[in-house]
Amino acid sequence: MSPIGDLTAGNIRSGLLAGDFSATELAREAVGQARAENDRTGVFLSFTEERALNAALRVDRSLAAGETLGPLAGVPIAVKDVIMTKGERTTCASRALENFLSPYDATAVQAIERAGAVVIGKTNCDEFAMGSSNENSAFFPVRNPADPTRVPGGSSGGSAAAVGGRYVPLSLGSDTGGSIRQPASFCGVVGVMPTYGRVSRYGLVAFASSLDHIGPFARTVRDAALLLGTIAGSDPMDSTAATAPVPDYAGDLSADVRGLRLGIPREYFGEGLEPEVGNLVQAGIDSLAGLGCEPVSISLPHTRYAIASYYLICTAEASSNLARYDGVRYSRRADRAALRDMYRDSRAERFGPEVKRRIILGTYVMSSGYYDAYYKKAQEVRALVARDFARAFEDVDAIITPVSPFPAFKLGEKTSDPLQMYLSDIYTITGSLAGIAGMSVPCGRTSAGLPVGLQILANHFREQTMLNLGHAFEISRGGETQQAREAG
Amino acid sequence: MKITPDEVRHIAALANLRLSEEDTALYARDLEQILAYVDQLNELDTTGVEPMAQVLHEGNAAPLRADAPGASFDQGTALRCAPLQGAGHFKVPRVIER
Repeated sequence: MSPIGDLTAGNIRSGLLAGDFSATELAREAVGQARAENDRTGVFLSFTEERALNAALRVDRSLAAGETLGPLAGVPIAVKDVIMTKGERTTCASRALENFLSPYDATAVQAIERAGAVVIGKTNCDEFAMGSSNENSAFFPVRNPADPTRVPGGSSGGSAAAVGGRYVPLSLGSDTGGSIRQPASFCGVVGVMPTYGRVSRYGLVAFASSLDHIGPFARTVRDAALLLGTIAGSDPMDSTAATAPVPDYAGDLSADVRGLRLGIPREYFGEGLEPEVGNLVQAGIDSLAGLGCEPVSISLPHTRYAIASYYLICTAEASSNLARYDGVRYSRRADRAALRDMYRDSRAERFGPEVKRRIILGTYVMSSGYYDAYYKKAQEVRALVARDFARAFEDVDAIITPVSPFPAFKLGEKTSDPLQMYLSDIYTITGSLAGIAGMSVPCGRTSAGLPVGLQILANHFREQTMLNLGHAFEISRGGETQQAREAG
Repeated sequence: MKITPDEVRHIAALANLRLSEEDTALYARDLEQILAYVDQLNELDTTGVEPMAQVLHEGNAAPLRADAPGASFDQGTALRCAPLQGAGHFKVPRVIER
């Protein structure tokens, strides 16, 4: 049997049908390998072995009975530990939820399991998905599979490293300001943030509700498209989930991208972008031009205000969402005689430093006297950022940019300066504010061997165009197989 | 703008968060630095710009499902992770002094 790292969802399907392996064998191998190396990698916070073996057995029984297999039948998959899996722990990498058992399944988890996927474990992340390096996990950091002295990015660092490290072909992450795209770039895998509302947020523990998304990681664009198609759609449990019909992203995938107009925003190629990253992204744009696309220079004039707007909005929403962790309903509490003392000490003991920082900032900007000056102002600027994109998409089909100004950095390198860490999210935050779709696709490595991602942004619900571009680009760089092999 | 430790204590009280003296000083410094950075938003004239509170694709309201009762998880499941429970309820320290 091939190592799981060499398999795509499509390979697994054909392997099962040909009898090369069983879903149970795959599940055992995936859990076994990931667990054996977890002390070194830090990728998983828990394994869901029994659940995985039950799911795999269902697939093997269907196969034996000659039933039609679901689109993700037998595919081992890792789920970020901010997404609910009934009966299993969902910790959000926080002491506040250390012993929390999910009371229900997220809609996205129900969807992948209905499609036959085998959930093998819950992945490490920044506490409550707040961070850009995975170093804010309350438990332990994740190591980048391309270089274990470096961070995998964040906040979905475990989900990116699970795919980049070849433990699973697919994983689910969440993206609020870049938390799928940036770790995908750092770990050399494909990561997709769908349009806001394209995938139900039911069962995703809330960080910033107007910005949170669930999305896929994969080694190939085709696999990412397959997973996205499985989890997208309306949901009676999430009124912000879009009712627009879901295309067959994988089935309709086309490498013919001739004539597509690609906006190259000037603001994304200036100061702060490391030259080596800039050169790789520029070479990527040249490849797309070679495929018949037409790059055009555009301007997104409010880009430089996006970080300020984002960090006011996301912290305001977070301070409100995290009010529920009060020592009454979840996990442990501080034993105090008075209620108010119990609240204050339970929260102080359980939240980590970055979560506290964001609660303080968010509470400040929402507090009496500052609401208009900060929160409302940030929402107005958000509208201007969104308008920049709306105008750009009147003229172009997609926008191409870097994902991050630099490749994966060393563990500990940026932890002392929170503002500098926030500033590194500049290229991903703009699309989050606008609610449009974005993805990171691998576009080469630096001279030190570190992966770099190319960001493709597309207008609301134009995921197919975005995925087609990623797919065509991937093929131009040696094809899906080559991509899958290089991703390790 | 200068952020004093007293202001941070006030905000922390609003957020139901006890902070050590060390943390209070740290967050005063961080808050000051971050607020100085976000001040650049004031360079923009946003007169007449509608604040964007949410990404809505389908008109100005999110779709609503029918208001019909359905299955939910039971009391035991809801209480399972509570630090302290009794008689089907979450228990908290005494709120009203006699």
